[in-house]
Amino acid sequence: MKPLLEVQNLSVQFDTLRGKLPAVQQLSFSVTEGEVLGIVGESGSGKSVANLALMGLLPKSSHVSADTLRFQDFDLLRLSSKQRRSVRGGLISMIFQDPMSSLNPCYRVGSQIEESINIHQPEVDSSHRRQHVEQLLQAVGIVDVERVYRSYPHELSGGMCQRVMIAMAIACNPKLIIADEPTTALDVTIQAQILELLAKLNREKKMSMILVTHDIGVVVEHADRIMVMYAGQAVETGKVDEVISHPQHPYTQALLHALPGYHSEREHRTPLPSLAGLVPDLIHRPQGCLLSPRCPFVQDRCKSEEPSIEIVSGRVCRCFYPLGSSGDPS
Amino acid sequence: MKSPILQAIDLKKTFSIRKTWNKVQSFEALKGISFSIEKKKTLGLVGESGCGKSTLARILVGIVEPTSGEVLIDGKSVQSMDSSEYRKKIQMIFQDPYASINPRKNAGTIISEPLVINSTLSKQEIRDRCLSIMSEVGLRPEFYQRYAHMFSGGQRQRIGIARALMMNPSIMICDEPVSALDVSIQAQVLNLLMKIQDEHELSYLFISHDLSVVRHIADDVIVMYLGEIVEKGTRQQVFYETKHPYTKALLESTPHIRPSEVSSKRKLIRGEVVGHVSVQGCSFQSRCPLVVDRCKTEKPELRQADSGHFFSCHVVQ
Repeated sequence: MKPLLEVQNLSVQFDTLRGKLPAVQQLSFSVTEGEVLGIVGESGSGKSVANLALMGLLPKSSHVSADTLRFQDFDLLRLSSKQRRSVRGGLISMIFQDPMSSLNPCYRVGSQIEESINIHQPEVDSSHRRQHVEQLLQAVGIVDVERVYRSYPHELSGGMCQRVMIAMAIACNPKLIIADEPTTALDVTIQAQILELLAKLNREKKMSMILVTHDIGVVVEHADRIMVMYAGQAVETGKVDEVISHPQHPYTQALLHALPGYHSEREHRTPLPSLAGLVPDLIHRPQGCLLSPRCPFVQDRCKSEEPSIEIVSGRVCRCFYPLGSSGDPS
Repeated sequence: MKSPILQAIDLKKTFSIRKTWNKVQSFEALKGISFSIEKKKTLGLVGESGCGKSTLARILVGIVEPTSGEVLIDGKSVQSMDSSEYRKKIQMIFQDPYASINPRKNAGTIISEPLVINSTLSKQEIRDRCLSIMSEVGLRPEFYQRYAHMFSGGQRQRIGIARALMMNPSIMICDEPVSALDVSIQAQVLNLLMKIQDEHELSYLFISHDLSVVRHIADDVIVMYLGEIVEKGTRQQVFYETKHPYTKALLESTPHIRPSEVSSKRKLIRGEVVGHVSVQGCSFQSRCPLVVDRCKTEKPELRQADSGHFFSCHVVQ
C-alpha cells in the first residue's frame, strides 16, 4: 500500500550569524493511512522543525530540501501558495504545544473554528457552519457547547483550549494530524483525557497522526511506530513494542534508562544511568557519528566515519554497532 | 521515636483577589496542611497545578507568610528565629532555571551571595567555599566568571543547587527541580540531588507533578488536591496500597513506559480542577468516580488506614 505521507532525505538548514545550522538532516519516514507515528527526542533534536517543514511554516531564513516530500499526490515542495493553503488545514492540520497562546485572544473560539470551515468549504452557509462547529465541540468532549462557543480563550482552561484546538484541527476532516507536544502544557489527568480523545479520532475517523513528544510514555501508549531523533537525525525507527523492549541504538537505550519510570521497584534511589555531556552544537558538529562523544559503546570507527541508516528486519537504525537483545553491542 | 526535622502544623493560606470594581474575593490556597519530614529523608509532594504545592514551598522557606499555622524546624518555631538562622536551616531550589538566576551577575557572585549576606567570612573564604561547592555539583572552576546565558538548563539548575548548598542547610525544598529539563539532563540532576543528600545529610521536600520521579526518589509521599492533603503515607503505601480515588486517578493517568504494563481498560477521571470556588463537602466530588450523597454535604477528614497511612474519603474503606 502506498503510504499517505512519504518523506525521503528531508534536510532543513537555517542561516544564522554563526554560519549554517543544519537543524534536520536526511530524515526519511512515512505514515500510512490510519497510522500513528510517534516522534521522540530531546529539545533541539529537530522534531518540531521537521514538522513545520511539512506544513510549509518555516521562516524565510530556512532552506528545505528533500528527495521526496509527498502527501497523497501532492508534492509538498512544489506547491503554489494557493494549493498549499488548501492542503494546510484542509488535508493536513496541526495541533500546537501551547493551546493558550496558539488561539487568538481577540476572537471568540467559536468563530475561530468557523474560520477554517469558511476558508476550506466556502459553500457551507452560516447556519450550517454554526451547527457543524457545535457538533465538533461535542465531538471533542465539551459538554456546555453553547458557553464555550461564545467564550474567549482566556475564559477557558488549558485543557479546554486544547480541545478547541483539536476541534479546529479536525474541522475539515483532514487525513493527517500533526500533534506537536499536544499535552506538554497540561496536567496528567487532563493529558490522559486529551490523548484518549486523539486516539478515538484516530480509531473512528481513520485519521493518521504524527505525535511529536519528549515523553516516551505517551508514544508507548498511543503510537504504532516510533522514530527517535537526535541532533537533527533519525537514529532509530520501528514498531513501538520492538524498539522499546529491544532498542538497537545506544541513544534510544540511554533515553529509556534515564527515565525513573523504566526502573523496577528494587532500584529505588539508585543513580539513573545517564549519558554524559550535552547535545552537540550543530554548527560545529563532531566528526563521525553525532553521538560518538557521549556514546558508552563508542569505537574508533564511530569517531571518523558517519554511520548511514541500516534497515534490519523492518527496523531502521543509524549505528555501526547496533545493540543486540542483551543490550550490548552485538 | 524519631524526631522530625521539619514540621508543618495546620498551615492555612488565604489570598484575596481583587476583582472588578474592587470587589474582594478570597481564595483558600491551603486549607490546613500538617506534615513532618524526618532527618535525611525525602518527602515527595505530588498534585496538579493549582493545588497549592508551590504556595506551601514558599511558606516553608518564609517567602510567603501563612495566614495561620506554624512551621517548626528542629522543634523550634521559625517565627522566633532571626532570618540568618532561618536561612541556614532551610534553602530552596526553584523550578525554572532560566528565571531563577540573575542574568546580570556571574555564576560565582550568584552562588556566593547567600554567604555574603548571612556570614562574616572573608572574601577569600567565601570564594574558596564557592569553588569547592561548584566542583561538588559538577561545575568547572572556570565557570565562576560566566554569566547565566552561557549555561545550559542543566548547568543553571546546578548553579541553583550550589547556591542552596552554600549555607550548608539541613533541609532543602525542591520545587519541581527537574520539570524544565530534558530526560537525560533530568537524570543527571536527579543523580546529583541524591548524591548531595547522602553527603550533606539533607532532608528534602521534593515537589513534582511527575509521579515516576517521586516514586524513584522519595521515602514518604503526600498527595494534594485543591489545597488539602488527600493522602499521605510511605512511598509503598501511596503507590501500591493506594486508597484515595484521586491518587488512583493520577496513577492511572500517567503513561507507562513498558509496553507490557499498558492496560487497555484504564479508568480516566472526568472534568478538570475547579479552583477558586469553595464547595461544601469533599473538594474532589465533581470529578470522583465513586461519589455518593454524603460527599456533597460532609467534608471527609483524614483517616488512618495503616500505621502512618492517611487518606480522606468517605467511600473507600
